[in-house]
Amino acid sequence: MNISEILWLIPFLPLLGFLILAFFGKKIPRGLVPVIGTGVVGISALITIVAGINFLSNATPGAVIEQHLWTWFSIGSFHSEITLHLDALSLVFIFVITFVGTLIHMFSSEYMKDDEGYSRFFAYMNLFVFSMLVLVLSNDLLLLYLGWEGVGLCSFLLIGFYYGDTKDAEKNALAARKSFLVTRIGDTSMILGFFLLVKTFNTLNISEILHTAPQVWSSDSTLAVLAAALLLGGALGKSAQLPLQTWLPDAMAGPSPVSALIHAATMVTAGVYLLTRTYSLFELAPSVQIVVAAIGAITLFIASCSALVQRDIKRVLAYSTISQIGYMFLACGVGAWSAAIFHFMIHAFFKALLFLGAGAIILALHHEQDMFKMGGLRKKLPVIFWTFLFGSAALASLPLITAGFYSKDAILWYSFASTKGSVWLWILGSVSAFLTALYTFRMVFLTFYGDQKTEISHYPGLAIKIPLIILGVLSLIGGFIELPHNFGHFAPFGDFLHTILPPAVLNESVGVSEGVLQLVAGVLALLGLYLAWNMYGKQNATRRVSDMPFSPEVASFLASGWNFDKLYDTLFVRPMVWLSKIDEKDFVDGIYRGIGWFNLEMNETFSRSQNGKLRNYLIGIGLGAFVILTIILAL
Amino acid sequence: MILITLLLILMGSGILAWIVASFNKSAAKWIALLALLTDLVLVSSVWLADTAAVTLGNDAHWISSVKMNWIPDFGMTFHLAMDGISLVMTALTFFLGIISVLVSWKSIEKNVGFFLFNILWLLAGITGVFLAMDMMLFYFFWEIMLVPMYFVIVIWGHEKSRYAGWKFFLFTQISGLMMLLAILGLYIYHGSQTGTYSFNYFDLLGSLPGGSLAFWIMCGFLIAFLVKLPTLPFHSWLPDAYAESPSAGSIIIAALMSKTAAYGLIRFVVPLFPESAKSIATPAILIGAAAILYGAKLAYAQRDLKRLIAFSSFSHMGFILVGVFSFSALAFQGVLMQMVAHGLSIAALFIISEFIYDRIGTFDLYKMGGFWKKMANMGGFTLVFGMASLGLPGLANFVAEFLILAGAWQYDAVLATLATLGLIVSVTYSLRILQKIFHQSPQNDMEKLADLNSREWLVLGSLTIVIIWLGLFPQNVVKVAQPAFDRLGIGQNNTNDKKLGLIDTYNGLINKGKDNNAVKEGGKLW
Repeated sequence: MNISEILWLIPFLPLLGFLILAFFGKKIPRGLVPVIGTGVVGISALITIVAGINFLSNATPGAVIEQHLWTWFSIGSFHSEITLHLDALSLVFIFVITFVGTLIHMFSSEYMKDDEGYSRFFAYMNLFVFSMLVLVLSNDLLLLYLGWEGVGLCSFLLIGFYYGDTKDAEKNALAARKSFLVTRIGDTSMILGFFLLVKTFNTLNISEILHTAPQVWSSDSTLAVLAAALLLGGALGKSAQLPLQTWLPDAMAGPSPVSALIHAATMVTAGVYLLTRTYSLFELAPSVQIVVAAIGAITLFIASCSALVQRDIKRVLAYSTISQIGYMFLACGVGAWSAAIFHFMIHAFFKALLFLGAGAIILALHHEQDMFKMGGLRKKLPVIFWTFLFGSAALASLPLITAGFYSKDAILWYSFASTKGSVWLWILGSVSAFLTALYTFRMVFLTFYGDQKTEISHYPGLAIKIPLIILGVLSLIGGFIELPHNFGHFAPFGDFLHTILPPAVLNESVGVSEGVLQLVAGVLALLGLYLAWNMYGKQNATRRVSDMPFSPEVASFLASGWNFDKLYDTLFVRPMVWLSKIDEKDFVDGIYRGIGWFNLEMNETFSRSQNGKLRNYLIGIGLGAFVILTIILAL
Repeated sequence: MILITLLLILMGSGILAWIVASFNKSAAKWIALLALLTDLVLVSSVWLADTAAVTLGNDAHWISSVKMNWIPDFGMTFHLAMDGISLVMTALTFFLGIISVLVSWKSIEKNVGFFLFNILWLLAGITGVFLAMDMMLFYFFWEIMLVPMYFVIVIWGHEKSRYAGWKFFLFTQISGLMMLLAILGLYIYHGSQTGTYSFNYFDLLGSLPGGSLAFWIMCGFLIAFLVKLPTLPFHSWLPDAYAESPSAGSIIIAALMSKTAAYGLIRFVVPLFPESAKSIATPAILIGAAAILYGAKLAYAQRDLKRLIAFSSFSHMGFILVGVFSFSALAFQGVLMQMVAHGLSIAALFIISEFIYDRIGTFDLYKMGGFWKKMANMGGFTLVFGMASLGLPGLANFVAEFLILAGAWQYDAVLATLATLGLIVSVTYSLRILQKIFHQSPQNDMEKLADLNSREWLVLGSLTIVIIWLGLFPQNVVKVAQPAFDRLGIGQNNTNDKKLGLIDTYNGLINKGKDNNAVKEGGKLW
């Protein structure tokens, strides 16, 4: 079977699923809905695996498989083609999207079972998978943008999934709107970047741009910096990085599987994908790359601080997602592209797992999301507990045994040792690694240890357990496909990606060996675990919100996400609303109405003088004559 | 001859429908529908047969043409011609004509015959505008559009329709007068220079390349088109006229009549006065960008659904201005695509507002909410067209906005950025339409709400198919219109082609095995 002929099936099947569910969702039997919804993604995953095996066994290094579908438009010498493009980078992404996607769809078949929007849910999810696949399979920035906006639309629809007379309808609508608007700000910056590229290269074909850019632009030339910075704007919006991170915590209003698939595993990493896909533009603009690293480092620190003090289990995970993507940005910023993609994949496994686990818990506890009302679930929900524990261990990157350790360790090492790295980046990353372990196990201990506070109303079935177990296993062993350098050279994942991505350039004299840094990272993670155990885990722990050593003001500042919402509200939202309120009637129309009013007034005034009284007319004539005579005489 | 047939079918069936309606109302509606369908089929057959090129003036690539004497003493000819741009626009006119007859099928009850007469003559006027190649004939059709529209607004409109009708009439009539003066000025100047007095477009082309006279005559045209488009600061008739019209009227003004202005810019202002038009490019784009942003802001503030849609239309027309005055091949194609895409999406939004009005008897957004539960199909369609109006890729509007803005960037990056900010603001009102009506908390009893019936499905479904088809395969329109745009003489990214030529040379160097540094140096030198 020739892959270049069946590539289109991978995105098409989810699209087909969407079309069937959207048009016939209410007519087909309820039991068939998840079969279709999960089935199409599952078949895509199988085709992906076939394509992947074929790709790995046949292809020469750096090979590309393309399938041209049709010409979108062609004007003069500018073309935009609808072409699917499979290389090492997109293969990793489509694997994660279809594979993790299938598991999450399967989970949803039980999670969403009693919802009246069952088919609507699967329709949106299928549409999402389609758009995401288009995004990563495109070799044209404009087609990429189609996927990019498509996933944004699905994210919007799924955040606002519970609508109408449900109790949080207004809040959900607001969260949905916010996510669309904030990411749209980034998208607009990105499309401005496209315009610049069109003007300079007269194409949006990614391979052509990457190929010609280094010949046209010198390093750090104005246009190169501008192009990279504008594209970065798009990445910041989609990946919820500073200063466009505010939409993600609110996006948790959607059903939990949505948070797992869209707001953790796939869509929010689209920014990382974009940076990596257009890496040579960023290597041409080192000053922008520094900004990428700095934004990543600051975001990951800010977000992990916020995660420390959340009460809502999904918000902890939301902030941790922002923070983990910060690590990926950090990696991109120091030129460790393959490390970023490695962390993306491992993060997709464990974060999808954690969100699904959280979903299972929420479902079990009558939709209770406050961790301080949970507790003691360890014995009652053993499968959820163990898998959640594996996921948490990976998130906290406990040394040696978890996949998260290997992926995060690589990033920390490069942030220190790469020529673009610095000790400051490493410190922020390491401190946050400690905070990560602390908030992760705070969550675990609050949820599963101590006394049980809420009755369990739903015990998970197989459709929930199987995805959790598969993802749990991957969160532990997934890291072994890429071992650190000092463990002997076993890095098939990195080798595979390095066929198309440049490896990070290390400083010639680092001064510290990789082993020492690994030791520090390991100790920090264990320290976080130990502190969390002391505060929330052990028998006589008090488990109070105030156990974190913060004053209430600081705690609420952190919990609100460093008050960014308030800041933006004052700076942008209120002025905009005020402006539209005061000028609802349109002042320009007022001018024309004024002209009309003036004429009517004049008409009234002069028609009053036309009253048929001879005396008035005589006075008028007399006065007129007097004025005219005066003027003439005066001249 | 086919061009005359198109017009005669419309005008004849208009009179016929008026007469027949006094005996049988439904037969009159069928007559109107069939007439428009026939026209659509005729135009489609031309499209499919594609460009049997006719030579006109100095250039080929005209698809069809007919020229007869009209008033030879004054140099007036009855000259109709169709190129790719007119082909696309007439097809749109007949398609939306069918849609607007279908939409009014039930909602117009009084005086059906006269209503259909007005609609058909209005469409005939619009078609004539898209085809006329004689300035006097053009002006004649331009005025034909006006009177039926006035009647449609005043007789079948909502509460404040008299006010709206007069406002519309005054604005367009005064601006039309400016155009008449400009046409006469051009005619007299051309005659005095060459000795042949002619209103024919092809004679007048190139007669006034630049200078202050050209500038002032251009302004006459410009005023007429900018008022009809409309754009800042001439838009104040728009919200009243759009909101007070019956929906067929709203569809025709917003989706078609405003496009005659855009068409006028491309067909007359740019080719007749190339130098003067270029000289005002910067302020024109600035006004366009301001209109995009200001219109979006106004749209967001409205609580009346129809006024919201009206202001969104005003905002989108800003893109036309930006595109036309960017003088780039990309932007010109974008303008045509915007004319079509916006026509479809604005028509659909007005239709949706009409369907909602039919059910709840108000356009007040504060009386809506949570309708998805009862009307999921209508919600789905609203989603499609809401997304169209915020420029979601995959729909025709995105292609249009992308091409326009990419073209504008080639003219001036800062101005283009300003216009592009419109993509952010358009999100606010587009989502407001969708969320306020379908997602947010219900405000009223929804018991009586019923989802779309089959006629309504047909209308919205066909619009959806076309807007997605154009979004994914815009090349069908681009291809047909390209010769017409080539004629405008705007070089497509000439500088870029040269650059790429150089790049190819460098690629050649790489292949010969030169190392990267040398190439970089070369890049710098160049």
